[in-house]
Amino acid sequence: MLGFLGIDVGSVSTNFVVIDAESNILVHLYLRTQGQPIRVLQEGMQLVKDSLPSTFTIAGVGTTGSGRILAGVMIGADVIKNEITAHAVATSFLVPEVQTILEIGGQDSKIIILRNGVVTDFAMNTVCAAGTGSFLDQQAARLNIPIENFGEIALRSKNPVRIAGRCTVFAESDMIHKQQMGHNVEDIIAGLCEALVRNYLNNIGKGKEILEPIAFQGGVAANLGIRAAFEKALNKKIIIPKYFNVMGAIGAAILAKEEVKNRKTTSFRGFAAAEQEYQASSFECTGCSNACEIINIQMNRSIIARWGSRCGKWEHV
Amino acid sequence: MKVSFPRMGTSYIAFKHLIEHLGHECVVPPAPSSKTLNLGVKYSPEFACIPFKVLTGTYIEALEMGADTLITSGGVGPCRAGLYGMLHQKILKNLGYDFEMLVFEPPLLYLVDFVTKLRKILKPAKISWRRFYKELKAAWQKLMVLDDVEILSHQIRPYELHKGSTTIAFNKCLALIDRADSPDEIARSKEECIEILNSVPQDKSRKPLRVGIIGEIYVVLEPFMNLEIEKTLGELGVSTHRSIYLTQWARNNTIINTEGGIRKAAYPYLKRMIGGHGINSLGETVLYAKNGFDGVVQIAPFTCIPEIVAKSILPRVSKDLNIPVLSLTIDEQTGKAGLQTRLEAFVDLLQQKRMMEENVYARFSGN
Repeated sequence: MLGFLGIDVGSVSTNFVVIDAESNILVHLYLRTQGQPIRVLQEGMQLVKDSLPSTFTIAGVGTTGSGRILAGVMIGADVIKNEITAHAVATSFLVPEVQTILEIGGQDSKIIILRNGVVTDFAMNTVCAAGTGSFLDQQAARLNIPIENFGEIALRSKNPVRIAGRCTVFAESDMIHKQQMGHNVEDIIAGLCEALVRNYLNNIGKGKEILEPIAFQGGVAANLGIRAAFEKALNKKIIIPKYFNVMGAIGAAILAKEEVKNRKTTSFRGFAAAEQEYQASSFECTGCSNACEIINIQMNRSIIARWGSRCGKWEHV
Repeated sequence: MKVSFPRMGTSYIAFKHLIEHLGHECVVPPAPSSKTLNLGVKYSPEFACIPFKVLTGTYIEALEMGADTLITSGGVGPCRAGLYGMLHQKILKNLGYDFEMLVFEPPLLYLVDFVTKLRKILKPAKISWRRFYKELKAAWQKLMVLDDVEILSHQIRPYELHKGSTTIAFNKCLALIDRADSPDEIARSKEECIEILNSVPQDKSRKPLRVGIIGEIYVVLEPFMNLEIEKTLGELGVSTHRSIYLTQWARNNTIINTEGGIRKAAYPYLKRMIGGHGINSLGETVLYAKNGFDGVVQIAPFTCIPEIVAKSILPRVSKDLNIPVLSLTIDEQTGKAGLQTRLEAFVDLLQQKRMMEENVYARFSGN
């Protein structure tokens, strides 16, 4: 049996998806990156291998996410794609006719506008790192509420508190202030969800034509409170795709399938590649005044990739 | 005198030529690096824009290398860059550096001031006005060659067979132009550079996307600031056209030639000057759309008011003229990975748009 592997290495989560030739999803894995992309990639590959029958062949691999280049080099990817394209590809497959994609992940937030199945516009948080997912995580921990229940509690609110949502630093201090004034937890959490949505729509969604069907995905889509806040703010129905938290990986797998269809071969290093010893190191090049930071990726002590120089001096291994 | 100046792209090669031919020692400011930026951020007001911060760092590095005179440009209009020279001078003096700063304002508006400052440079080296004119002409010629060669490199890069080979050839060209001493040699170096660049192995069957680059002058011209957008896009198979070159007003063979044309093009969207390159950004986008470009990338420093005004009007221009526009905001927090992601996604978007339009065309023309 043949299949295609998609890997999305993000700041908060690293996801794996295996699809078959008809793009049915056979395996999907959501792991925490915990600042160690190399280790989590190795663990994930092992888990993927274990969940597939031994006769199964990976015919193509695609990587996406902020760690896509590192993952691509380690695993031997056929296609290394940015997360915006990967998300758009996956969503158009799972939510046909989708015209707007709202995506909130651990660090990045984005909006993708599609018309007739083609991406016509997109935006991503620029100057501020946003970090909505991480922020919700942190607030849940501070309130001693499991993150899984966070959304549900928000839904119980009858009277959400208005919280300043320019950025999470202000939101947090305003939220503490509202707590000290005696508001109950439901109203505060619901208010927080509304503040984050307001901030998203004012910054990332600004000037964009948000048409239905609207898909909402990324780790934060698990939060029912945020979804409800979106529906309230937009006064439109929000669809959460079934595999909302691994959409990037699905997109990467679909892209790998298409790439291999044309190329007929794969660069996949095999599952054994995950068992090798990897190391990343860096140094400052002193060749000229640019002082570039050069990154070395080593497999079993030999350099397999190098990047970072402006002049191209170090790129050839 | 040991003279230094702000570094913007490749222009330092021409400025160095001029300063040396006027009989001064030239302290070439080092290319901006993360060290420059760290120094700049440390000693600049927090909400100053990124060009200000990088210049602070550049000046400190140049002064540490022994410069005793800094030459920079002033400016008029609502953009605060016009005040930067004075502010830099105060910050650097407070840090204890001993130097003279010459801020050149537009000569047509402040002729006396301009001549006075120029005399300060010419007098110590006993340079006559006639000699000055001759040297200025040669330096200008060099600047033109630098821009011409760079424009050519952006046109060739999307066709290169081996990723990075154009950049290597271009760096060779820069060294060649830098060595050229007389007007004849400068003219000859241009021929050689064209040959070097044209001999980069190319695949001419490609049909690269065409993208226009607009925005604030410093972040557009200095590759360290825009994280080498032209190289990045070129290596993604995109032919770029930059709206701003220092030698621009002397050209009439580029599609966007006169300021007047740009203002006229921007008029339906913005009727008055807002400082900086705000109005240019709008006008240039209109012109790029009318000249059949596939897309436009706007690069703006964080907190740059003219570009923010332009950015908020650009979605309308983009919709009216059916040209995708990607706005990028740059400050010291900007990471290369994030920028790369956005550029890659933008190129995918343009590719899809072109494919769709070709399909529609094919359907209607019966092919």
